Amino acid sequence: MPWAEAFLNTQTNNSENLADSNERHLSYTDALHEALDLALELDKKAFILGQGVNDPIGMFGVTTDLYKKFSEERVFDTPLSEEGMTGMCAGAAMNGMRPVYLHNRPDFLLLTFNQLVNHASKMHYMDEGHTNVPMVIWSAIGRGWGSGAQHSQAVQGLLLSVPGLKIIMPSTPYDAKGLMLSAIADNNPVVIFEHRWLMKQNGYVPEGIYKIPIGEGIYRTRGEDLTIVGSSHAIALAQIALDSLAEEGVTADVIDLRTIKPLDEKIIIESVKKTGRILVVDTGWAMGGVCAEVGCLVAEKAFEYLKAPVRRVGLPDSPTPAGFTLEQYYYPTSEKIADAIKLTISNDK
Amino acid sequence: MVKYKYKGQGYSNTDINKYSKELLLNLLFSMIRIRMIEETIESKYHEDQMKSPIHLVIGQEATSVGACAALKVTDHIYSSHRTHGNYLAKGGDLKAMMSELFCRANGCCGSRGGSMHLIDKSVGMMSTSAIVSGIVPIANGAAMASKMKNEGRVIGVFFGDAAMEEGAFWESLNFAILKKLPIIYLCENNFYSVCTPLDKRQPASVELFDKAAGFGIEAKQIDATNLLLVYETVLEAAEKARNGGGPTFIENVAYRLRGHGGAGDDSKSGYRGLDEVDSWQNICPIHTLQNEMKNHNLIDENTINDFQNRTQLEIDEAFHHAVSSPNPSEDSLMQHVYAD
Ligand SMILES: Cc1ncc(C[n+]2csc(CCOP(=O)(O)OP(=O)(O)O)c2C)c(N)n1
Repeated sequence: MPWAEAFLNTQTNNSENLADSNERHLSYTDALHEALDLALELDKKAFILGQGVNDPIGMFGVTTDLYKKFSEERVFDTPLSEEGMTGMCAGAAMNGMRPVYLHNRPDFLLLTFNQLVNHASKMHYMDEGHTNVPMVIWSAIGRGWGSGAQHSQAVQGLLLSVPGLKIIMPSTPYDAKGLMLSAIADNNPVVIFEHRWLMKQNGYVPEGIYKIPIGEGIYRTRGEDLTIVGSSHAIALAQIALDSLAEEGVTADVIDLRTIKPLDEKIIIESVKKTGRILVVDTGWAMGGVCAEVGCLVAEKAFEYLKAPVRRVGLPDSPTPAGFTLEQYYYPTSEKIADAIKLTISNDK
Repeated sequence: MVKYKYKGQGYSNTDINKYSKELLLNLLFSMIRIRMIEETIESKYHEDQMKSPIHLVIGQEATSVGACAALKVTDHIYSSHRTHGNYLAKGGDLKAMMSELFCRANGCCGSRGGSMHLIDKSVGMMSTSAIVSGIVPIANGAAMASKMKNEGRVIGVFFGDAAMEEGAFWESLNFAILKKLPIIYLCENNFYSVCTPLDKRQPASVELFDKAAGFGIEAKQIDATNLLLVYETVLEAAEKARNGGGPTFIENVAYRLRGHGGAGDDSKSGYRGLDEVDSWQNICPIHTLQNEMKNHNLIDENTINDFQNRTQLEIDEAFHHAVSSPNPSEDSLMQHVYAD
């Protein structure tokens, strides 16, 4: 798909992260590249595969030239056999290897559900813990420029209810690297959803190995009026929305989940107890996904603290339209999120 | 109506004198043991204490036993839902199997797997899948790991004829050939997928092994009622794989003498001819090998009876072990969802 680089370039920079110019800054994709490089160096059992990982620019720049350093035995292009290759990864993982299988788009993961959902995520349970399946499945959510119904899907909601899986959705270069390293080190199947619009971001990225705990969210800002929960590009948009309301004095706890499964219930409940209001944002469909799950969690475990109805901003219950104008109606924007924030804080019980 | 006729030659082209008496006895006894275990399961299945869907291998034991005997102890196997024969032939623990069938805490999978997930990693029975063809890509990954780690380990993967109707099967075959993986594809062609005959599922004009060959893999079709044919063919394939020669596909043709699942034969429902089932009874892999060995004075009735008596004791003990074992506790339910 011809991606409009010029457009992507406008989706840059998390200015906050650029504050201290003495810190080392990397682009999002370079941070991921560094994570893979370090993992291959550190662990001889790690290997990388995917369609186009050895292309001249690598997968979005994430895998560029890694095969030159680590050989084509450990970094290799695959046939277009998503289900078969996912099973191959599971089998290799069950035998001590640590595969990292990269896909251009989550849409292609739908072909792998048999191996991902029926096998990889259940093997450890089915044989009473005798076998571990330490594998990483990585893909980047697309948005805009005609990606349409089959190249833009954020399918994390479909996988949220699968026991045995871990699901990561980073939002900064720092997290992208640290969570990739954590995912490779984890002894379970881990799915990472990146977002194409985050990939031109620059941000603080320490050198060397560091890990970020899987299953723990983080407060990006602290405030009083409401709690905003989300991850990946959705939380980046929510930040912009919140900033746009700063002059009106609106403050919020912004929780970046980082990992949507296991879900960090503690941080969500803790914050809602304080603010009494919650807005959940996600890059996927609002129905049945992260928005629905977090909303239900709060209704179940923090109902008595709620001063306003739970609100969510996700995608409408329709496939993604391909055309430019329809896309504008379809996707959440920071303006739409700002409206939802205002509604949430005004609509007291 | 006999739709699927036996097309083999029995033992007429097999030189049984090539093999040591010890090996032949081991192979025959292994088949008899599997048969006796399954017949005991069958006789008690109606009591409803083994609350697990079973798929008996009766009639097809030679594939399990011949293949596992040809592999090294350190080689690994992976299996479809029809697990009993493969698990036992590879040396899987009988008590742990029976506990698993009786849903006990000390079953080989702690009662999380059941009959379709018999696993004993200590003997190389590594994993199974109850999703048709689901185990094939996973076995590929095991072969990939063996190759990357330079272990010299050969992987055998067992699956039915219907697995070849799944896309992931062909994806796997393509990849194994591409990467010269040390794997042996052991297709157990018993002509039926539950009640649906092969000719309703695949065009009869092309044999299964020919299709595989079309992908560029060395492929053979063998009479898998002849245990020694299975043994020889797998031996050769394993040697090739171990020496970097890549994968082999073997179509093992043998008849399933029982119903697809559960106890007894279900042919009365009409999906296959009773005369067809009868025609295969005579070429049961146990009887044919036993007769051949008798003809060569390698075994007599007494030896067989002795073995059967000893085995019945072993089986009774395993059943007793299972039924007197504890059920899993409620607090173990959520264990092993994630690995540490
Ligand atoms: C993907 C999938 N589809 C359907 C089934 C239901 N099913 C279980 S066993 C079986 C028959 C498979 O036949 P075959 O592969 O020839 O093996 P056999 O049972 O004859 O050993 C079917 C259809 C399943 N388990 N998985």
